[in-house]
Amino acid sequence: MATGVVPTTTPTAAAGRLEVHGAPRKRRGDARAAFFFLLPQGLGFLVFTITPVLVSLVLSLYSWPLTGKASFTGLENYILLFTKDTTFHSAIYNTLYFVAVYVPLNVGVALGVAVWLQGYTRGRRVLRVLFFVPVLTPLVADSVVWSLLYTTRNGLIDSVIHGIFGIQGPEWLSDPHWAMPAIIFMSVWQGFGYNMLLFTAGIHAVPAVYYDAAVVDGASRWRKFRSITVPLISPSLFFGIVLTVITSFQVFTQVYVLTDGGPGTSSTTLVYWLFEKGFNDYAMGYASAIAWVLFLIVILLTAVQMRLQRRWVHYEV
Amino acid sequence: MTAVTVKRSPARRAVSNAALAIAVVLLVLPIVWGILTALKPEADAFDNSLGSFAHATQFGNFVDAWNYGPFGRFLLNGLIVGACGALLTAITSLMSGYAFGRLHFRGRDKLFFVYVATLVIPQEVLVVPMFLMMRDFHWINSYQALIIPWAFSAFGVFLMRQFFRSVPLELEEAAKVDGASHVWIFWRVMVPMVRPAIGVLGLFTFIAYWNGFLWPLIVINSRDLATVPLGLQFFLSQQGYQWNLLMAGGTISIVPGVILAIFLQRYLSQGISLSGLGGR
Repeated sequence: MATGVVPTTTPTAAAGRLEVHGAPRKRRGDARAAFFFLLPQGLGFLVFTITPVLVSLVLSLYSWPLTGKASFTGLENYILLFTKDTTFHSAIYNTLYFVAVYVPLNVGVALGVAVWLQGYTRGRRVLRVLFFVPVLTPLVADSVVWSLLYTTRNGLIDSVIHGIFGIQGPEWLSDPHWAMPAIIFMSVWQGFGYNMLLFTAGIHAVPAVYYDAAVVDGASRWRKFRSITVPLISPSLFFGIVLTVITSFQVFTQVYVLTDGGPGTSSTTLVYWLFEKGFNDYAMGYASAIAWVLFLIVILLTAVQMRLQRRWVHYEV
Repeated sequence: MTAVTVKRSPARRAVSNAALAIAVVLLVLPIVWGILTALKPEADAFDNSLGSFAHATQFGNFVDAWNYGPFGRFLLNGLIVGACGALLTAITSLMSGYAFGRLHFRGRDKLFFVYVATLVIPQEVLVVPMFLMMRDFHWINSYQALIIPWAFSAFGVFLMRQFFRSVPLELEEAAKVDGASHVWIFWRVMVPMVRPAIGVLGLFTFIAYWNGFLWPLIVINSRDLATVPLGLQFFLSQQGYQWNLLMAGGTISIVPGVILAIFLQRYLSQGISLSGLGGR
């Protein structure tokens, strides 16, 4: 920074080092200052983000048990994953199943509620808070509470089904066909509030003139929604969808608490399998390979969505 | 929102209101059901029929869960980890965000691109090597293992840079004319201008630390250091499905989130709309 210090009587003099003359400082590079400002976060970033990413990639090319000898295996982990590891195949299927059902449900409910609440001037804020509450609750707690609802004999859901339809509900969490749907349903309950707030913000940004003009032209509610709301909030919609897809691929906690990946492997997801392999079996290299497959799938899907956005997302000029 | 309001028929209004009421009930039902179950005496713990709620209500379950957990400890740990994590993240993000947003140096934008690229990386990729690192640092089962690895995410830097960029140049120029140093400009001019962003970043970071499960599950194995989600999981594996106790623990775990939602709703929706609209 400045090499010479010249005392002056201006109030700002007390606070920092000074330039010699009063003219604005020439725009030299701020490299030294930048180094100082970047250092704390940059150091941590290097140690705790960049390094682990690279190490993870390297690990995936090794067989790396926690205790014992590590050995270079090249792409063998990946080959094993895709050819021999049937649980991994289930995990991919289950995760894709989760994402394919969860994302539309989450986004649909969030959008629906956001638009629905627009029609209420009084109590709108209270309602929004209410719908958002589950988002802030820990997934573990929600899973615990919902496991109560899902119990078969005399569980709440079962009692309701029995009461209304007169039939016995399935053994939700112990039935391989119903475990995933049960997890999905609970996850939508927990998660839609976030997107609801996101879309609400987007809807607020739409100028009222458009709606007024539509009303004058006699447009129906559905028409207004389809032709005004959706296109004009499409950036928020896009953002919400991309984010939801990414986070839904990481589904783990609900599975761990509700079903332990079971029954069998019917609810094992990618991250759950990663956890099992990495921190139960301590096959660190293999688990890293699973992580990288997950990463690549997510990147691929995000890139595809980015491409598709040209078709349907309208940005302000 | 519309200047011209369309009169909706009272019948449609009534249906909409009824549907809304049902939706709200369905939404809070799981939590309410959990609370009601938590109030059951032990004899009724396994009886899930609707009639069982008619029997005595017992608040002692909450006390028991609090002590057995110990949930007081879990809440404290969550507070410590969340607050320290939020603070560390805020400070480092402010500094880096300022550098990327207001300073000029060679390679600035290329470096920032690298930062942004890491935003796509899921935590799961980092988790395995991070565990090995914690082992080497002898940080397994410690507060620092919970706090430090995740305090340097590029997200905070990204957010802060956005906000710093929107501060008018005149303020900075004026300070420079007076001969202020970078540190002075940063601390006295820039930081106060981005206060809302700091609040939002701090809040969301705190929530992420508070609710985190995968990482604590990996790196913590003693109850003394467990945060709320991990603590509840310990509680579950210890108590089994003794519903009344379990629901008491679950309720205690849910309450902070509910309180947060109610009291900080404005900041939360502000933060979400900011992230979605890109600081527009």
